[in-house]
Amino acid sequence: MAGALRLAALRLPQIALTLLLLSLAAWLAIGLMPGDPVSLALFSDPRLTPEDIARLRALHGLDQPLLERYLAWGAGLLRGEFGYSRLFAQPVTAVLWPALRSTLALVGSAVVLAAAIGVALGALAALKPRAAPLVDAATLLAQAVPSFWLGILLIILFAVRLGWLPAGGAPEPGGSALPFLVLPVTTIAFGQMAAYARHATAALTAELARPHITSARARGGSEPRVLWRHALPNAAVPLLTLLALDAGSLVSGALVTETVFARPGMGKLLYDAVMGNDYNLALLALLLVALVTMLATLAADLAQRWLDPRLGER
Amino acid sequence: MTRLRLGLILLGLLAVAALLAPFAAGWLGKDPFAPDLFARYAPPSPGFPLGADELGRDLFTRLLYGARISLGVGLATALAASVLGTAVGLVAAWRGGWVDAVLMRLADGLLALPALPILVLLAAMDPAKLGLPRGEAATDMLRIVTILVLFGWVGVARLARAGALTILASDYVRAARALGVTETRLLWRHVLPGLAAPVAVASALAVAGAILAESVLSFLGLGIQPPTPSWGNMLANAQEAVFAAPLAALWPGLAILLAIAGCTLVADGVSRS
Repeated sequence: MAGALRLAALRLPQIALTLLLLSLAAWLAIGLMPGDPVSLALFSDPRLTPEDIARLRALHGLDQPLLERYLAWGAGLLRGEFGYSRLFAQPVTAVLWPALRSTLALVGSAVVLAAAIGVALGALAALKPRAAPLVDAATLLAQAVPSFWLGILLIILFAVRLGWLPAGGAPEPGGSALPFLVLPVTTIAFGQMAAYARHATAALTAELARPHITSARARGGSEPRVLWRHALPNAAVPLLTLLALDAGSLVSGALVTETVFARPGMGKLLYDAVMGNDYNLALLALLLVALVTMLATLAADLAQRWLDPRLGER
Repeated sequence: MTRLRLGLILLGLLAVAALLAPFAAGWLGKDPFAPDLFARYAPPSPGFPLGADELGRDLFTRLLYGARISLGVGLATALAASVLGTAVGLVAAWRGGWVDAVLMRLADGLLALPALPILVLLAAMDPAKLGLPRGEAATDMLRIVTILVLFGWVGVARLARAGALTILASDYVRAARALGVTETRLLWRHVLPGLAAPVAVASALAVAGAILAESVLSFLGLGIQPPTPSWGNMLANAQEAVFAAPLAALWPGLAILLAIAGCTLVADGVSRS
């Protein structure tokens, strides 16, 4: 327990420092994007005079140097003022939370599905040597499938041809979310499942060769019992770490899937914000995704220590 | 060995397809860049082997030209990432101490970041504001390669460092030092050759990662800009046309799949041998 606290105390300042550097780098990068909010306003209303433009720029603080704007923005964040999204004309927090919930639901379901099928395939490959080359080839191929392509194919088959499921978007308020989750979850879970299957095969094969398995078999334990009670708990340690690590990277990777299916999640929000020149929303979305990713990594390390106390003794 | 051979065959076929692109265009009498509005969404036929896209351009020749972009970006990124990554890994292992600590914390930090959103942010930057020309295919490729190398070197550096640490602790390095070999020569002649296998594995994976990342960015409209074909922007067009020409979505994705599978097989094959 003390080890876990020490790890967290060591890691949290690192996370804060990374977020600080990332926010500065992203601020400069956004400063280099084409156009600014006022040039967009000019685009939509040609009657604006140069005086109006100058007044609007001063109002938005766009006449200040990039670095000064960054410091003012950072000071606002520390006071708890997260500002507004220009694209959605709402406070940023009101836009971010529903998007984060949507992405976590998508990624969470995909990870659970992928882990269940992946571990089952891994167990099959580890227990039945004849099935192993087949599982190996299938997972290698599945890992090479680009997820956005799979998404488009699923839309063509199940939404355009068969008309069974919606091609994308979000449910109406009060409607069932499930039909809108099936295709995106399948898209994300497909490649993940292959990764879990490969890792599960390796972990279970190594575990099944150890003496305590031979002993369990010699005592007359049935094969399913040997697998579930004796092999899987030990093999689960690296798998659970992988799971938590993935959950983090998938939150950022969901960007493509959400764009393909027009799902209003974090990734799509970030993409729309970048494309729509919504500085504040893009930055905060990026920082939030980075924070979730890094906390997931920390959770993975803590879970690993809790499951395998030997790791904490070093 | 069979994995390695299969992967090399796959990549070789794609490379031949990329090289033959102008000849195939001449042989079919098709200009992959010129719109032909009478042939919009033409179904596959002898004249259009895979059909035509929303502007009536031949999909087959565009697919071949797209192979030049995708493989070009993949190889250029992997080459630059390998050189940079090997240098970083070698220096970190050789110097140790705070140099090693700083470089490896930097690598850890980059790995911990959400890569795709940052790539999107970087790809959306306006090259004109940095004084670079905008919209040229060559500039687009250079821009994408630069962004991808920024993240790509990390994987190579970690493997190269691990390999170099093992080699630097070995007896023949100690023997070479005892014989008075200079440190430069030691690294160049005795350590670097031993890194060939891990760097080859990391480079093959870097090619796969770069091809995928380029296609994602182009799919999102932030990578290679039309009319230059890339597998990614062809898929973006195909998604617009799922009703008119559903088959158009099949081929670019299949090409990406084969390229990535080829690289993975090569990496697997090298690491097992």
